[in-house]
Amino acid sequence: MTIKRFFFIVCVSVALSATGTGVFALSDVFKQNIFDTGELKPVDSTLKVAIGDAAPDFTLPSVHHGPITLSQYRGEKNVVLSFVPAAWTPVCSDQWPGYNIVKDLFDRYDTVLLGITVDNVPTLFAWTNQMGDLWFPVLSDFWPHGKIAGTFGVLRSDGTAERAIFIIDKKGIIRYIDVHDINRRPPLESIMGALEDLE
Amino acid sequence: MKTRHTLLSIAVAAVMAMALSAHGASKSPPQEGDLFPDVKLAMPDAAEQRNYLGLSQGKSFAVTDIKATIVIIEILSMYCPHCQREAPLVNELYRVIEGNPAYRGTVKLIGIGAGNSAFETKVFREKYDVPFPVIPDGDFYLHRELGEARTPFFIGVRIEEGTARVFYAKLGGFEKPDEFLKLLLDRAGLPKGGAS
Repeated sequence: MTIKRFFFIVCVSVALSATGTGVFALSDVFKQNIFDTGELKPVDSTLKVAIGDAAPDFTLPSVHHGPITLSQYRGEKNVVLSFVPAAWTPVCSDQWPGYNIVKDLFDRYDTVLLGITVDNVPTLFAWTNQMGDLWFPVLSDFWPHGKIAGTFGVLRSDGTAERAIFIIDKKGIIRYIDVHDINRRPPLESIMGALEDLE
Repeated sequence: MKTRHTLLSIAVAAVMAMALSAHGASKSPPQEGDLFPDVKLAMPDAAEQRNYLGLSQGKSFAVTDIKATIVIIEILSMYCPHCQREAPLVNELYRVIEGNPAYRGTVKLIGIGAGNSAFETKVFREKYDVPFPVIPDGDFYLHRELGEARTPFFIGVRIEEGTARVFYAKLGGFEKPDEFLKLLLDRAGLPKGGAS
């Protein structure tokens, strides 16, 4: 075996072994109630909107805040849409609890956060109760199933949503899109950096 | 022939990858009596935190570099609701230690932000006025090396002759900081109210 081939094998081995190391949903608050999805295809949909587009308007039921319409924030607040794949799954369960302690950062940029999944309201009620009192609305895109996720182009082939962030400015224009690797959590600094750029 | 060799190489690599993954997965959180893993932690940027740990400048440090007899390590995450709720109690633990001349300088406390970037650990520290260093672990390297413990997870190590021996390792927090400290000192073999 040549040194070059040996080096190739070692590099590929390390790369392959590193892909199976997702360790999210590690908070003990969820106990043994998180379903292990394993490593998933990073992105499994095709975007239907782009930066600079007017964000498609929608109205969805929320867990504690009644129906929420995107355009109700027009002219008043920037909006961060945080799509996550599904309740009771890894990564998702370790994402919104972090956002829950940084309301002041969202306020700093005159921004509201809307969490969205394709689960129904009762499921979202039970799941988000484990996270404490969330300050932001959690929206259910359950029926027609994943309609809004589909409109934005982040509905995966298995009916879950992508792990995606859309930032919409006060004029209703999409200013930032991150369809993130579903197996990883978007770093908070990416979202805050994008909000800072809106200023 | 070249294609065949390449395919063979990839097959060998896949087998090696499985072996590496299995090795990683076999790690479990440290237990009492174990040596703390020889891992490198990111050096805090703030001089105040480096001074607290007794470290000089550099890119990284080992737990055994910390100038202390006892180091209490909390594995936490800014995304963990339990860690958020218990942050004030852990802060109180720090104050109990620092408020007692017998413990100050001998018993030190650090956090490891599992899966948390430097930005995220900074957010956590600022949100809860955390007075002790929280080391970022954005790529979960430390967390994997520490057996992928759920959070919050507390580890107590006693540093002697360049090694860090685990004397306490447990999932979950505590209700009374002073009693928790007494428990730790008992396990470490340090006299309460004084230190060796």
